[in-house]
Amino acid sequence: MMAVWWKEVMDNLRDRRVVLSTLVFGPLFGPVLLVVMLTFAERQTAERLESALELPVVGAEYAPNLIGYLERQGVLIQDPPAVPEAAIKSEEEEVILRIPSNFAEAWEEGEPAPVEILADQSRRYSGTTIARLRGYLRSYAGTIGQLRLQMRGISPSLTRPLNIQTVDLSTPEARGGTVLSFLPYFIMIMVFVGSMHMATDTTAGERERKSLEPLLINPLPRWQIMAGKLVATTTFGLATLVLGLTAFVVAMGFLPLDNMNMTLNLDFKVAAWVFVMTSPAALLAAAMLIILASFAKSYREAQSYMGMVVLVPMLPSLYILINPTKAEQWMSFVPLLSQNVLILELVRGEPINFLWLGFCIASTTVVALVLAAIAGTLYSRPNLIFTSD
Amino acid sequence: MIEVHELVKTFNKGKVVAVNGVSFRAKDGQITGLLGPNGAGKTTTLRMLYTLLPPDQGHMTIDGINPAHESVAVKRAIGVVPDSRGLYDRLTARENIAYYGRLHGLSAERIEQQIQKFCDVLDMHEFIDRKTNGFSQGQRVKVAIARALIHDPKTVLLDEPTNGLDVMTTRALREFLRGLKAEGRCVVLSTHIMQEVAALCDHIVIIAKGQVAAEGSADKLLAQSGRDTLEDAFVQLIGSDEGLLS
Repeated sequence: MMAVWWKEVMDNLRDRRVVLSTLVFGPLFGPVLLVVMLTFAERQTAERLESALELPVVGAEYAPNLIGYLERQGVLIQDPPAVPEAAIKSEEEEVILRIPSNFAEAWEEGEPAPVEILADQSRRYSGTTIARLRGYLRSYAGTIGQLRLQMRGISPSLTRPLNIQTVDLSTPEARGGTVLSFLPYFIMIMVFVGSMHMATDTTAGERERKSLEPLLINPLPRWQIMAGKLVATTTFGLATLVLGLTAFVVAMGFLPLDNMNMTLNLDFKVAAWVFVMTSPAALLAAAMLIILASFAKSYREAQSYMGMVVLVPMLPSLYILINPTKAEQWMSFVPLLSQNVLILELVRGEPINFLWLGFCIASTTVVALVLAAIAGTLYSRPNLIFTSD
Repeated sequence: MIEVHELVKTFNKGKVVAVNGVSFRAKDGQITGLLGPNGAGKTTTLRMLYTLLPPDQGHMTIDGINPAHESVAVKRAIGVVPDSRGLYDRLTARENIAYYGRLHGLSAERIEQQIQKFCDVLDMHEFIDRKTNGFSQGQRVKVAIARALIHDPKTVLLDEPTNGLDVMTTRALREFLRGLKAEGRCVVLSTHIMQEVAALCDHIVIIAKGQVAAEGSADKLLAQSGRDTLEDAFVQLIGSDEGLLS
C-alpha cells in the first residue's frame, strides 16, 4: 500500500498540470479573489461617498432655492440630457433629478412639492448615488419643515414623537465574519479541487493508459491498491488545504480592514482548527471522487463527472447563504454542513464548541470511511478493470 | 506446471460463452502456445489463470495452487505480460519496473540487481533512465516484460507478446523466451500467428470457439490433420480459416 501511495505521489508531482491546479491555483484562487474583491469594493464605496455628486436636473428654474441648497452641499448641478428617461436606460446618467413645473405652485400653497428621482434601481451601482441624493433632499425638507414650524411658534420636536436609535452590539470580529461568510465555501472547494486531478489520474487515468490490468496482477489484495490511491489522493487534498489556509492567513495582511471598521479573525491558530475539522472532509472528498472516477473509462469522461461533484461542497454553503439561520446542533451531524457552520463560528471569534467539533469530525469520518470501504470493493468488479470487454 | 480442466466462462449473464470447457497442461521447461483466431477465448483463459476473472465452472492449478481461491499466492508465483501493457508515462523505465518490484515486496538491492540483469538480457541500457512516454512498441514490451518478471517467477504467461513488434525485436523476444525455457520455467503464450508457434512452441493448444480443437507438438498436429503445413493443419483443425490473416 505504501508503495502505491509513494508511486502515485511521485508520478503526479511530475505532472505539471496536476501541480499547477492542485498546489498553485487551487490554494491561491480563494485568497486572491477575496483580497481583490474586498479591496475593490472598499475603494468603490469610498469613491462614491467622497467624490462630488454630479447631478443633471430637469426644471432647475422651478426651484432655485433647492438648487442653491444642493450646490452649497457640494453637488455639481448639470444641464439635463434631452430625453432623461432614455439617458437613464442607456446608462449615460446614473441619476437625474426632475422638478415638475407645478413645484413652485405647490410650494407657495404649503402643499408637499413634488420632486422626482429618475434612476434604474435594478442597476446595483446606482444605489449609493440614489441614497446620497435622497439624503440631501431629506435634510433640505427637514430644514424647511423646522423653519415653517418655528415661524408659527411650534417646537419642531413635537413632530418627532419617537427618537429611534439602534445600538450595534456586533464586535469588529463578527462584522468581519460576515465578510468571511464565503470562506467555508472556498475551503470546501479547495479540498475537492485538490483531490480532483489525483482521483482522476489514479483511476480513470490508469484505465485509459491500460495499466490497470497489469497493476492488479501484482500480489496484493485489490483493496490495498485502492487504499494506496485513496491515501495519495487525500494527501494531495490535504496539501492543497494547508497551502490554501496559509494563503488565506497571509492574504488577511493585505486587506484594508481599518477602513472597513472590522477585524478578520483568521490567524494561524484559527486556520489550524479549520484544518483539524476539515481534514476528514478531505478523505470524504477523495473517496467520493475516486468512486466516481473509477466508473469512467477515460480521463475526459471522469472530468465531466467531476464538474458535477464540485457542486456538492457548494450545497451546504449555499444553504447557509440563502437561509442564514442560527447554528443548531443537528447541523454538526451533517458532513460538510457542519464544517461550514463551525468555520463561520470560528471566524466570528466565537469560542469553539468542542461537543459540536467532535460531532462534526466523527460524522464526517464515518461517512468518509463508508465511502472509502465502497471504493475498496470497486476493483473486485471485472467490468471496472477491462477497457475493451 | 499449469493444469486446466474443463474451464467455462460466460459473460452477460450467460449469453456470451467465451470459454466453453477448455482443458490443457503446460509443463515446466516447455513453451506452450495457445493458438487460435481472434475471439477464440485465449485471453479469457489467461485472465482466469492470472486471477482477474473467476471461472464459472471447471478447475485449474498453477504449481498446485488454485488461482480462483488463493489469488495472492498465485500472483506471487507467476509473471504476466498481459495484452494491455500500460506503462506510466511520467516515470522512467527503471521507476516503472521498480514500482512493481516494491509491490512484490522486494528489497531495494534485489530490485536494483534484477533491473541490471534485465538491462543486459533485454538490451535496455540505452533507455532505462528515460521517461517512457516516447517509447517505441518494442521498448514498451521490454519494460512490460522486465516488470512482470522482476520477482523471478517460475511460471510466465504472455498474451500476444509479439503484437506490434518489428522483426528484429520479435527475434530478440523469441530468444529471450527460449532462455526462460532453458532455465526450466513454465512458459505459456497466446497468439494468433502461425509462425510464432511453429518457431517457438514445444506444445500447441489450438483453441477455437471457446474449446480445444486439437493439442500436441507441431509434428503431432500435422500427422493428426494429414496436411503438409501447419497452416493447413490449423485450418483443417478449427474448421475454418477465419482470423488467420495476421
